[in-house]
Amino acid sequence: MKTKILSVFALALFFAGTPATGTYELGDAVNDFTLKSVKGESITLSKYADKGAILIFDCNTCPYSKAYRDRIKGLDAKYASKGYPVIAINANDPQKSPDDSFQAMKDYAKEHGYEHAYVQDADQSVAKAFGATNTPHVFVVKKENGKFILSYIGAIDNNSRDASAADKKYLEDAVDALLSGKQPETAKTKAIGCSIKWKEA
Amino acid sequence: MIKTFSTIFLLILASYSIHAQSVEVIKYAGLDNLIKTKSEKIEVINFWATWCGPCVKELPYFEQTAKALKDKINVNLISIDYVQDLEKVNKFVARKEIISKVYLLDEIDGNTWIDKVEPSWSGAIPATLIINHATGEKAFVEHELKEGELEKLIEEISK
Repeated sequence: MKTKILSVFALALFFAGTPATGTYELGDAVNDFTLKSVKGESITLSKYADKGAILIFDCNTCPYSKAYRDRIKGLDAKYASKGYPVIAINANDPQKSPDDSFQAMKDYAKEHGYEHAYVQDADQSVAKAFGATNTPHVFVVKKENGKFILSYIGAIDNNSRDASAADKKYLEDAVDALLSGKQPETAKTKAIGCSIKWKEA
Repeated sequence: MIKTFSTIFLLILASYSIHAQSVEVIKYAGLDNLIKTKSEKIEVINFWATWCGPCVKELPYFEQTAKALKDKINVNLISIDYVQDLEKVNKFVARKEIISKVYLLDEIDGNTWIDKVEPSWSGAIPATLIINHATGEKAFVEHELKEGELEKLIEEISK
């Protein structure tokens, strides 16, 4: 009996110490990560984020990413100073999508005057941990007692085609709520996007 | 002479439009109808777009399977291109000589309809829904299908 309890205890300890193997859910504390940016910096979530961060799985090639490009730049301009900078993460396999190579990312960021961090998830581990599936796919984390709590998953707004016609700004509403100490009213949304180009298993 | 030419031209134009289907623009209600209307055949509903590389790559499998199993399945290709690109979609369909019925879903806010199609769908394309109305069974995949995969999915749902 004693051994049984002990082994259950050991098992519980084992699982507690193991990073989540599934994907994060809303309310989960996410693991820290470090990815290389197009400006040559190492971006570590815990160092880069102040009150939180807006993580956007993004790329050079998807028409939806292109349609949202200026809006993504605008989000960083608006929220970085409030403690929620944008980290755009490109997880596409450059073998499958050559125009998403690190060099292509550098060129693209320069051409479009990116002020926000644009990083490569070269082994796709961050995209997998978050359960990112498409681009642009947004995840907002909020810093609480040194941990980063996943607080919003989904779309930027409800009109990819036309920013001026978007009358539901899901992401901005979520970040504004977090900034005022509330939980986002709508914490999960969905949008059509390009699938992330996964490496062949 | 000019008359003859223009007649020939018109004839060519006419035959072209007879063979090429014109893409039907639908709202979610139209899609809902496709999903819910009882059919004796297995309904295959594929979500794609002209700009989506993996979608375009898997289209021939849908066309081949639709031909091979024409008595058993009904293939519907739902383009989610923007409605202002309708002409581009029509040209694509004509160029590729697509025989399966093509619709363009004119719904801009995915958050209002993606869950209704399938709650597990993230919104990434390509995605394919297969429905057996006789058994009420459904299969859903959210990735680019490999050769033979569609037939296998249809076989499984036909049991």
